[in-house]
Amino acid sequence: MAEGILVVLEQRKGQLKPQSMQALTLGRVLAGDLGGKLSALLIGSGVSGLAEQCKAYGADKIYVADDPGLEHYVNATYADIVAKAVKEADPQVIILPATVMGRELGPMSAARIGCGICTDITAVGVDGGALAIRKPIFAGKCFANFRSKSYPVMISIRPNVFAASEADSPGAGEVAAIAVEASPADPKEVSLVESESGELDVAEASIIVSGGRGMKGPENFAILQELAAQLGAALGASRAVVDAGWIEHKHQVGQTGKTVSPNLYIAVGISGAIQHLAGMSSSKLIVAINKDPDAPIFQHCDFGIVGDLFKVLPELNEAIKEARS
Amino acid sequence: MNIIVPIKQVPETEIRVKMAADGRSLDLTGVKMVVNPFDEFAIEEALQIKEKLGEGSVTVVTVGDSGSTQALRTALAMGADAAVRVKLEEAPGSDSLAITSMLASIIKDRPCDLVLCGKMAVGSDQSQVPAMLAGLLGWPLVTVVGKLELGDGSFTAQHQIEGMGEVVKASLPAVISAEKGLNEPRYPSLKGIMAAKRAQIEEISPAELGVDAAILGEDGAALELVGIEMPPERGEGITVDAGDDPASAARQLADWLKNHAKVI
Repeated sequence: MAEGILVVLEQRKGQLKPQSMQALTLGRVLAGDLGGKLSALLIGSGVSGLAEQCKAYGADKIYVADDPGLEHYVNATYADIVAKAVKEADPQVIILPATVMGRELGPMSAARIGCGICTDITAVGVDGGALAIRKPIFAGKCFANFRSKSYPVMISIRPNVFAASEADSPGAGEVAAIAVEASPADPKEVSLVESESGELDVAEASIIVSGGRGMKGPENFAILQELAAQLGAALGASRAVVDAGWIEHKHQVGQTGKTVSPNLYIAVGISGAIQHLAGMSSSKLIVAINKDPDAPIFQHCDFGIVGDLFKVLPELNEAIKEARS
Repeated sequence: MNIIVPIKQVPETEIRVKMAADGRSLDLTGVKMVVNPFDEFAIEEALQIKEKLGEGSVTVVTVGDSGSTQALRTALAMGADAAVRVKLEEAPGSDSLAITSMLASIIKDRPCDLVLCGKMAVGSDQSQVPAMLAGLLGWPLVTVVGKLELGDGSFTAQHQIEGMGEVVKASLPAVISAEKGLNEPRYPSLKGIMAAKRAQIEEISPAELGVDAAILGEDGAALELVGIEMPPERGEGITVDAGDDPASAARQLADWLKNHAKVI
């Protein structure tokens, strides 16, 4: 009978991503609620050493698919490995991070296993033996509440929504190898293109500084970038400025861009169109700077400054330097 | 090159959502329904590939109720050659796996070298169909593609993964999902709109597709939709008028960032 939790971990270049720790921590909580073991699945090349870290987060069993052919993430072979691990572990719940990888691997392997899946969830609990799942829909304009009818069920969790913490006492940490067989559906070649200056991705950042039409032109994003650099924030943007070609689409936050939940979202010169609000309203704290006191963004922020951003931003960059010293 | 583009009709993105009386759906009375914005990029890319190669076909497929015929006609008006609708009214409440199984059955049945999808249907926000399709068909998959070049029996696609870009070369047939920015979707021409009005739309019953009946419809869905909720209201915030003293407003914000948000 299905029992326990299996967490599919994401690593890049031999480092577990923070989302993997968030998934492990949630897995530990659910394993406690449902009763059963916490298992983790590590996939990659030279990743066996990461098992210790999984153990610290409470993993009782760690399935490891370690193969030189897995230097790059390749979805078809990875999905085969997930399906194999699910067969071995026979879990009730499979957890993945809702990253690009998790959003591919989850549905791909769920289709093969024939199990239910809910993507990009923001809350989950156990209710009368079933899984109660909460997921933002319409980019966060509302939430859908689902209940699992059977096990196994797969969930992918939105990055940065669930906290990560090591277990009070480590898990048993038993390691089991999963055989790797390359899938014919894998790509023939994969190469990574590192972004310049290790630019942060809005989907992963804990702080986002976003600019809208109020920035007046692409040349003015430098002052926004200065603020972002000071706070260690990713640079976001509204649809209007992406459509105007001021900034690349990967920065867009909103219903046709990325939906984000950072700890802090600073909206500069963004009026707060419904489709933008949808993409960022689940941020923990929201700051707005806009010259129009009637801008809808002010209805949705924790701290608002009504004023000319071209006067406020340089002062803010100075004030932050002062506050830091 | 025969290309199949699965599409979905969705409420337009600028709407304010309103709950329906049943608490499990949205009141879409008077809401304009459109082709899922991400699917428009997939349709456009398929049309551009066909135009460039000067041969092949573009078939749009939807699993939707009779109202979604409108989305198919929009795609036909843009230039798609054929349109197929699976009658969702005969299996209402079907989940992603059921819908994808129906799509996979149609794709297996016809000549197809490439499936182009939108990266996600806005609204349900699940983004499951492309990866499930690749899983069921056993074909290569590249999602959220921002740039695509076709070669002979293969393709090269670029997409953004967290914090970096990735260039993937894989063989056809394949499933590719489109990110915004892949192209600039065209508006249907008047001539296209007129022709699309008269075009024949092939209609198929879910029962004809050989999909396990146990996974179809609301009963076959793996998850039960319990209800829909509006997000919690955000508490009253602080508002500062920068007025003639932007420096003071900036200092107050810096203070708040340090002591309340604790990011400095």
